This record gives sequence, structure tokens and C-alpha cells, in this order.
Amino acid sequence: MKKLGLASVMLALMRREFAVALRQKGEVLTPLVFFVVVASLFPLGVGPESALLLRMAPGVLWVSALLAAMLSLQRLFATDYTDGSLEQMALSSTPLGLLVVAKALSHFLLSGLPLVMMAPVLGLQFGLDGRALGILMLTLLLGTPTLSLIGSIGAALTLGVRGAGVLLSLLILPLYIPVLIFGAGAVEADAAGLGFGGHLSLLAALFVLSVFFAPLATTTALRISLE
Amino acid sequence: MNTQVIHWFKFASPQNFYNLAGRMWPWFATLATLLTAVGLWISFFVAPTDAQQGEGYRIIFVHVPTSQMSMFIYIVMAAWAGFGLAFNTRLSGMMASALAPTGALFAFLSLVTGALWGKPMWGAWWVWDARLTSELILLFLYLGFLALQASIDDPRRADKACAVLALVGVVNVPIIYFSVKWWNTLHQGASVSLTRSPTMASTMLWGMLIMVVACWMYAITIALLRVRNIILERERHTEWVKHALE
Repeated sequence: MKKLGLASVMLALMRREFAVALRQKGEVLTPLVFFVVVASLFPLGVGPESALLLRMAPGVLWVSALLAAMLSLQRLFATDYTDGSLEQMALSSTPLGLLVVAKALSHFLLSGLPLVMMAPVLGLQFGLDGRALGILMLTLLLGTPTLSLIGSIGAALTLGVRGAGVLLSLLILPLYIPVLIFGAGAVEADAAGLGFGGHLSLLAALFVLSVFFAPLATTTALRISLE
Repeated sequence: MNTQVIHWFKFASPQNFYNLAGRMWPWFATLATLLTAVGLWISFFVAPTDAQQGEGYRIIFVHVPTSQMSMFIYIVMAAWAGFGLAFNTRLSGMMASALAPTGALFAFLSLVTGALWGKPMWGAWWVWDARLTSELILLFLYLGFLALQASIDDPRRADKACAVLALVGVVNVPIIYFSVKWWNTLHQGASVSLTRSPTMASTMLWGMLIMVVACWMYAITIALLRVRNIILERERHTEWVKHALE
């Protein structure tokens, strides 16, 4: 058998994730639809006054995106756990941390990236202008990978646990707060004339931190769940 | 000279620690009772009335110790959790889970006393100040820990999973605190300054210090009592537990 390099193993795993996701299109589309529905509920709840909606828009879109990204997190390891392939991954010679990164990356590409693409459409409904939409997309693009990485810790901890869905949200949402603050804050800071560079740098810093630490925690949690 | 070596790891065994905790907790309980009595006496009768806040400020003697303890217990809990992961000792996980409810209680009390203090002083039960918000998030972290603990049946697995969560939490607490602080300054929240505290009379300071130590003693007492129960529950199949309960 040919010995595969680390990068090609990761690519193969990502290709598999994509194949599985494309065969169950509902699982990819549901979070996206959820995102649209939740974001549309807010104007109905607070009223159609455009000044208020404009002020709320970045926060509302970010919170909705956060919830939508979390919705699909449970799927990250659950199916592989039930059919035993997760155990094979843990036993393989490839470091489990790299496989976790590959899985989190495909989670971002399958659930985070569609949200980034959809956000400007929803932003228009709230009356954001072109510049704000651009900043919003940029922050989502930087922030959603972090959400996938932090989320993978929660997904690994709640594997095969009773009521995993609700538990996952209780564990993970408090950890999402910094991403939410800097993500939504960037748009507001720019609107207030403060510049958004600082927020973007902090989002990038959070991303780098989570790339380093999250796979470590996720691997430990997965090994505990597989014991 | 005969130097006696204490075998600290002896107490890593639940059975030995059960006995040690049984001998220790009455002392801590006595100290907690005495110090609470003295502390409350100072805070109600000795400490002078505050010039600006009147009698209402006296809740500080409960509020400050509980907030402090809620933060400190999380760190201690995470330390035990990390210890348990590193050395694979059963007792560490038990200690972490014995501390969690007390920490959550202190976080809750700190929020409640803060609200009771805030209403007469600022005219609002709640302001989205950085400290209040991060205390609330700390309570959420405790609740997540307790929920994860409750939903995993195998206690060893629950301990380890919770240990990972506690360590992730402790890394995140400073990040959350600073992000909330920045969020707060960007939004120009309520115009009250919590950081600029007037200088305190020394009796006030003493009362508060004594209450802080009293809360420490209380937390240790309760953690020891709770860990004794956890040990009994988990070791119920063993011979020594049957003897201990006779």
C-alpha cells in the first residue's frame, strides 16, 4: 500500500466529508435556512423602524449566524462515532489533531462559508450599506472558522451523551462570546468612525489561538469519549 | 534528628482522604461559624455608616467575598481538573465536582447581592457593566460544567470530560473578561464607575477581610463534606465503605 502524506490524508478526509454532506443536502441547507428565518424574526419582533434595525443589524446577523453554525456542530463527530469510523481515525497513524482540524475546516466550508455568502442578502434587508456589508462578510469569514474550531471541543465532549444538543449549546455559547463581540463590534466601530482594524486583528488572534488550542482539547475529549 | 517524610500521595486514595476530610471539616466549620459571626457583627454594628451610600452599602460585606470566591473557586476547580488529567488520580475529579456547586452558588449570590445593591445606588437592578456581564458568563460556565457532569453516567468519564471543559473555560475567562470590557467601553454603557471606589475606613476593610476568610472556610467545609459524599457514592461497592457506614 502506498504511504500517504499528512496533507493528502487530510484532503482525503475532507473529500469524504463533502461527499457525505452532498448526499444529505438537507443537513447542509437546514442551518442556512435557520439563519435566514431567525434573522427575519427580529424585525417582526422589534418593529420595522429602519433606524433601529440598522443599528441592530450586525448584532442580529452575528447572533443568528452563531446559532446556525452551532446547529450543525453535533453532526461533526456523531455519525462517525456511531458507525465506528471515529475509532479507526483515533487508531490510525495520522495524528488525531490533524484529522480534527480537517473536520473543523470542512465544517467551516460546509456551514460557515454558506452563512458568509448569505449574510449580505440579509444585511440588505436591514438596510446596511455596501461598506458595512463588506465588513460584516469579512468578520464572518474570519470568525466562523473560530466557531467551528471551538465548537469541535463541545461536539467531542458531548459525544454519545444524553440530550447532547441542548448541552452542546450550554457548553459552547459562553465560549463564543468574544467572537461575537469583536465580530459584531467591527461593523459598529466602523459606523462610529473608530475604524475596524483592531477588531479584525483580535478576531484573527482568536482564530490563531483556537487553531492552536482547540484541536488539543478536542483530541483529549475525543479520546475520553472513545474510552 | 529524625526527619519524617509525609507521603502526600497517600491521601490521593479516596479511602484515606475520606478519613482525612472527616477529621478536617469540623475545624473549618468552626472557623467559618466564628468568623462569619465576627464579620457580620463588625459589618452591621461596628463599621461606620457610609457618607455617600448610607446604610445600603453594608451589602458589600457579602457581595465582595462572594464575587471573589466565585472566581477563585473556578481556578481551583480547573487546577484540580488539570491535576486529574495529568496524574490520572480519581480524587482530583471528585474534588473538582465537589467544588463546582459551591462556585456556582457564590456566582449566583454575587449577582443577587449586586442587584440588591445596584437598585438603591444606581436605580437599576442590572446594568451591562463589564464586571456584571463577566460574572454572569462565569455563572454560565459553572452551569455548563454541572450539566455536563450530570449527563454522563460513567463518573470517571464525566470527571475527565468536565476536566477538559474546566481547562478550556479557565483559558477563556480572561479573554471573555477583556472582550466584555472592550465591548462595554465601545457602547458607553451606564454612566456609573465601579472602579473608582472611595477610600475605605479601616473597620470596613477589616470587616470585609474577615468575611472573605469566612467564605473561604465555608467553601472548604462544604467541599470537604461534599467530597466525602461523592467518595461514599462512588466507592459503595468496596469493603471499607461498608465498614465506614456501620
